[in-house]
Amino acid sequence: MMRLVNKLTIGFVLVLGTLMVTPAWGASRFPPPEFESGHELPTTTQPGPRSETLEYLDVAVLAAALLVGAYLSLRQRSRRGIFVLVVFSLVYFGFYREGCVCSIGAIQNITLGLFDATYAAPLTVVAFFLLPLIATLLFGRSFCGGVCPLGAIQDVVLVRPIKVPRWAEEALSVLAYAYLGSAVLFAATGSAFIICQYDPFVAFFRLSGKLSVLAIGVSLLVIGLFVGRPYCRFLCPFGVLLKWTSRLSKWRVTITPNECIECRLCEDACPFGAIDKPVETERPGKQRWPKARLTLLLLLLPVLMASGGWALSRADHTFARMHSRVRLAERIRAEETGLLSGTTDASDAFRTHGESPETLYAEAASLRANFRTGGWILGAFLGLVVGGKLIRLAVFRTRIGYQADQGRCISCGRCFAACPKEHERLKKLADRRNT
Amino acid sequence: MTTDKQDITRRELLRSGLRGMGLLGLGGATGYLSARATPQDTVWQIDPYKCIACGNCATHCVLKESAVKCVHAHALCGYCELCTGYFEADPTALNEGAENQLCPTGAIERTKVEDPYHEYTINEALCVGCGKCVKGCTAFGNGSLFLQVRHDRCVNCNECSIAAACPSGAFVRVPADKPYLLKKVQHEE
Repeated sequence: MMRLVNKLTIGFVLVLGTLMVTPAWGASRFPPPEFESGHELPTTTQPGPRSETLEYLDVAVLAAALLVGAYLSLRQRSRRGIFVLVVFSLVYFGFYREGCVCSIGAIQNITLGLFDATYAAPLTVVAFFLLPLIATLLFGRSFCGGVCPLGAIQDVVLVRPIKVPRWAEEALSVLAYAYLGSAVLFAATGSAFIICQYDPFVAFFRLSGKLSVLAIGVSLLVIGLFVGRPYCRFLCPFGVLLKWTSRLSKWRVTITPNECIECRLCEDACPFGAIDKPVETERPGKQRWPKARLTLLLLLLPVLMASGGWALSRADHTFARMHSRVRLAERIRAEETGLLSGTTDASDAFRTHGESPETLYAEAASLRANFRTGGWILGAFLGLVVGGKLIRLAVFRTRIGYQADQGRCISCGRCFAACPKEHERLKKLADRRNT
Repeated sequence: MTTDKQDITRRELLRSGLRGMGLLGLGGATGYLSARATPQDTVWQIDPYKCIACGNCATHCVLKESAVKCVHAHALCGYCELCTGYFEADPTALNEGAENQLCPTGAIERTKVEDPYHEYTINEALCVGCGKCVKGCTAFGNGSLFLQVRHDRCVNCNECSIAAACPSGAFVRVPADKPYLLKKVQHEE
């Protein structure tokens, strides 16, 4: 009898439920029973996340690794020591921490925190963003050389480095600026964290991930067998910021411990094309043409910036589709106007929650306006970058001896062993120890 | 070394000036950002009142087996004999036979408490977070079954890839000391 009543109720509710357009959320259709047997309700378990202390430990490890990296590259001048640090970082920040939290991705949290009043970046993320920048301003890019797990995984696979021509190096590194610019644009508008979505090596660290991203990672590692650290040099958005800060660094990695004898032995030791040849002071007879070229390039700079800004601001509709609300607004409009039949999960959810389409359209319009402004800024920035690179290539600068370029050098320490002066120093050190 | 300590060139002066400004700027940024930052870390969670149980949680997590699982707020449950979260639309019989079950992995355990009440508990080791039971329970029952990110499994990606694929915007960042958004008995909309 009980069973029949129960079935009837269920049948009634089934009919009712299908008739109702909006299901009641958490509605008490069947009042919870009162047990005669005094049955106790099980509680819902709530296993906690990783403890806060461990998160702060990560920050401490990062700070320590930065200091050790600086010591090894500036004082100890030991490639072996740096390699041990690389392996440690690969194990700790890579495989143990599974690539998250990382300084590269932190750019987006910081940006979102600045533009979205409802979001505040956690303190650990702020530390992961700022500590490498401060360390680089003092000691150079030892973060890239020894601490970053993404750099580390590429560093250990580099077996047969080939030279990339300077023009190709400069041209490809524009990609990193574009990546940085778009990552900031999409994070500022709250659309997506593209650095995280396309992090090529995180799938290795977690030993699982999307196939497409894994494919990018594998191809980067295969390229990385021959071209040193392709992600760091041509794609990494944080690398761009570190390149700027490193140009101003207080202490810098020097190839030779004392005086360059211009033996050229170090030139091939650097797999990242960061060692510049000496440049003679005067170039008689060639002065006029470079000056004219420089003037031309300086005049070209505003043109590049304006055209870049104009072009990217025109792409606002395409860019805005990275935002889920804009996609939803377009879908809803298409459904309302009968352009598309059928619904998607997203449009169903939208209607279930009973929002008005007009508010959604307004939100999408304001997001597109943001993308128009952002497009202008991003385009002008990229124009500035391209113009700046052309100017840099056009300017002659006197350089005495072989030097590591302060922007491009990542303090990996590979050049030390190539310098005969370094061997002299090491021999002296060994002699002093023996006596 | 290329420059002598005594002789300060214009470039050196410019460089150290810029460095000083950079340090000041970074110091300012540290102060500003730390003042704005939350000392608490944040983790991802599903707002169960927004979730439409679309099934993306089972397929879009970076982990091979999703960190999202079904949880049961027993205080909300009606302990129905015919549970629409447990049974297929047209069960041949109201028993635990596999052919009657909605759950593709048989992760819901059904035990009789007393006539006619039955208790439903989730076996998390089997649950894949597909949300089929959630859909059934929410549409026709009390909605006591719902999806949650389980933090013993979640690796807390900077941007959760399920969140990026969520059609209803149900994924939110919550402070790490209150990492769950459980359904309560009386919810005010």
